[in-house]
Amino acid sequence: MTLITGIAYPLVVTGLAQVIFPKQANGSLVYQNGKPVGSALIGQSFSDPRYFHGRPSQAGKGYDAASSGGSNLGPTNKTFLAGAAAQADRVRQDNNLAPGAPVPSDLITASASGLDPDITPEAAQIQAARVAKGRDLSVEKVQALVEQYTKGRQFGFLGEPRVNVLELNMALDSI
Amino acid sequence: MSGNELLQLGFYLVVLVLLAIPLGRYMAKVLQGEKTFMDVVMGPLERIIYRACGIDGQQEMTWREYAASLLAFNILGIISLLLLQLAQGLLPLNPQGFGAPRWDLALNTAVSFVTNTNWQAYSGESTMSYLTQMAGLTVHNFVSAATGVAVAAALIRGLTRRQANSIGNFWSDLTRTTLWILLPLSLLGALVLVSQGVIQNFSPYVNVHTLQGANQTLAMGPVASQEAIKELGTNGGGFFNANSAHPFENPTPFTNLFEMLYILLIPVGLTFAFGHMVKDTKQGRVLFAAALVLFVLMLGTVYSSEIAGNPLVSKIGIRGASAMEGKEVRFGVVNSALWAAITTVTSCGAVNAMHDSLTPLGGMIPMLAIMLGECVFGGVGTGLYSLLTFVILTVFIVGLMVGRTPEYLGKKIEGFEMKMAVLAVLIPSASILLGSGLATVIPAGTSSIANPGPHGLSEILYAFSSASGNNGSAFAGINANTLFYNLALALAMFIGRFGVIIPLLAVAGSLAKKKIAPAGAGTFETTGGLFAGLLSGVILIVGALTFFPALALGPIVEQLMMWAGKAF
Repeated sequence: MTLITGIAYPLVVTGLAQVIFPKQANGSLVYQNGKPVGSALIGQSFSDPRYFHGRPSQAGKGYDAASSGGSNLGPTNKTFLAGAAAQADRVRQDNNLAPGAPVPSDLITASASGLDPDITPEAAQIQAARVAKGRDLSVEKVQALVEQYTKGRQFGFLGEPRVNVLELNMALDSI
Repeated sequence: MSGNELLQLGFYLVVLVLLAIPLGRYMAKVLQGEKTFMDVVMGPLERIIYRACGIDGQQEMTWREYAASLLAFNILGIISLLLLQLAQGLLPLNPQGFGAPRWDLALNTAVSFVTNTNWQAYSGESTMSYLTQMAGLTVHNFVSAATGVAVAAALIRGLTRRQANSIGNFWSDLTRTTLWILLPLSLLGALVLVSQGVIQNFSPYVNVHTLQGANQTLAMGPVASQEAIKELGTNGGGFFNANSAHPFENPTPFTNLFEMLYILLIPVGLTFAFGHMVKDTKQGRVLFAAALVLFVLMLGTVYSSEIAGNPLVSKIGIRGASAMEGKEVRFGVVNSALWAAITTVTSCGAVNAMHDSLTPLGGMIPMLAIMLGECVFGGVGTGLYSLLTFVILTVFIVGLMVGRTPEYLGKKIEGFEMKMAVLAVLIPSASILLGSGLATVIPAGTSSIANPGPHGLSEILYAFSSASGNNGSAFAGINANTLFYNLALALAMFIGRFGVIIPLLAVAGSLAKKKIAPAGAGTFETTGGLFAGLLSGVILIVGALTFFPALALGPIVEQLMMWAGKAF
């Protein structure tokens, strides 16, 4: 039984996967100038104002893809609430928003995996002006790029609309 | 509720039922040894296995022989999985060079995977070698699920055989379930998952320079092959720490839908298979209906609580859903709530959102679903036999109310069956409450708590529920990798698994010996809406009476405090 389910089965799946879907089976790596810079499915840390920023991450020291995980902080935990409030202030400051202005909730909460590659379209749009300024681009151009990289729900109804932060930032770099 | 959310929930349920009906018919054939289209491939494989192990797959077993074979197989499984982990440092397919985990963690993990719990006090990507993951953990993902189906099949034989001494052959049930049902569906599922981006390789971890010039190490491994059986066998043990929230385990909304379908496919299919096997499809449909009512109730509660969200976060000044902590953007609130309900009504325990960060009521329902014995469709096999336990309780209670001799499918339910059914309900409940009680009064228990206030009690309660119910999901803030929790939870998992299986096999043996009396004027109908309602009512009442006091002190009080604006 171990031979069939533990050795033969994973090997057959690996063999088929490597032949039919080699890119996906090996982590959907993305390249810039011929060098791998990450995986299209795994988020990475961005702090430079010239890049779009992802969600707060609790994976290792942040987006550690060998140490996935969430904060596991409970909904009434003061540490969690204080952290979220501080993060909201940071987002407002970074993006020149008025104090107390509403911030997209995904930008102040840690994801489950700590590796969430996506943010909501609203979370991308509020960063557009900052990124445009840092890159000497027009806000409209950056906003259009965000729209171009906004994925709708899969097949029109599954999941939520989202923007892949790494793909968007790579597109910025190639302008 | 928005139209799109309703569509996503409704679509899931409809597709699930459409797939489960034909699968139910097929599984009934497999478990009754009838001819199927898979015989060409699997028949020879089955014969090779029997010959290699010196087994006679045709030999009928009494319930004691059946139970003895099952226990021997599972205990050997625990020992071999323990040894494999301890030796992984010396074995191949270990590109990261992981050494042996500590003995108590290895023991906990061995019991966990053999009992279909898949409680994980470790983080996969930093503890287990590829060999351990595939030749150890993946194997038990298959055979622990097959063990569950075997017990369900034995119980059904007890109900359908007349004056028989035997309830089938454990080895044959185990092998046929694995080869005819689990293996082909896993192979198909794994490839579908890879096509969407779930990884499947044996490479060392990949180092990249990120766009901002930092180093990032991407964990690799044969994930898809484990992911498919993890959901299909309602196992739930993630390859990675973040489980099905990890983009390499669950990259897109479609894989999310697919994995959710795989979790409930066999449990729902088995309610229909039951109808075929007892030669009365109405009996299967009534079980399906009773479970569906409870499932929709629970799903509705988790969903509403998560949508209503966290007023303490709303106060910060936000746009969008307030309960996004521990959730992924691609799934959003609706798919996280749906998953949380699915994974805990079954014994799966895989997560796509962190349950510790759910709203209090949103986290209570998963806990309650586990406490009810995972009988709302439930785990693979385990769900059906847990549901049948409640059927026995229900016909007995109804019998008392109307003054008729309790009987089910023509079999008289007497003192022995009742005692065993009550044991099967009481043993895991006692394990949950006594274990949690102990952990709350000793420092070794309380020092692992991560969140202050009533949430801390919820963490302990969830841990013992999850272990005793063989679920495996967690309020994962709790530090479970301690000597106390590793051993206490391993014991809870063992008791929760075999303390239910053995009484039920005894019921199967006892029922098989009885005559089947034709239905008369005094027979209470066990088909139809009235019985479905009674059955779901009994399940809820037993669960509520047993666990309401504990839940009141944990999630319920926390929800009230949260509404009142209090944090801890």
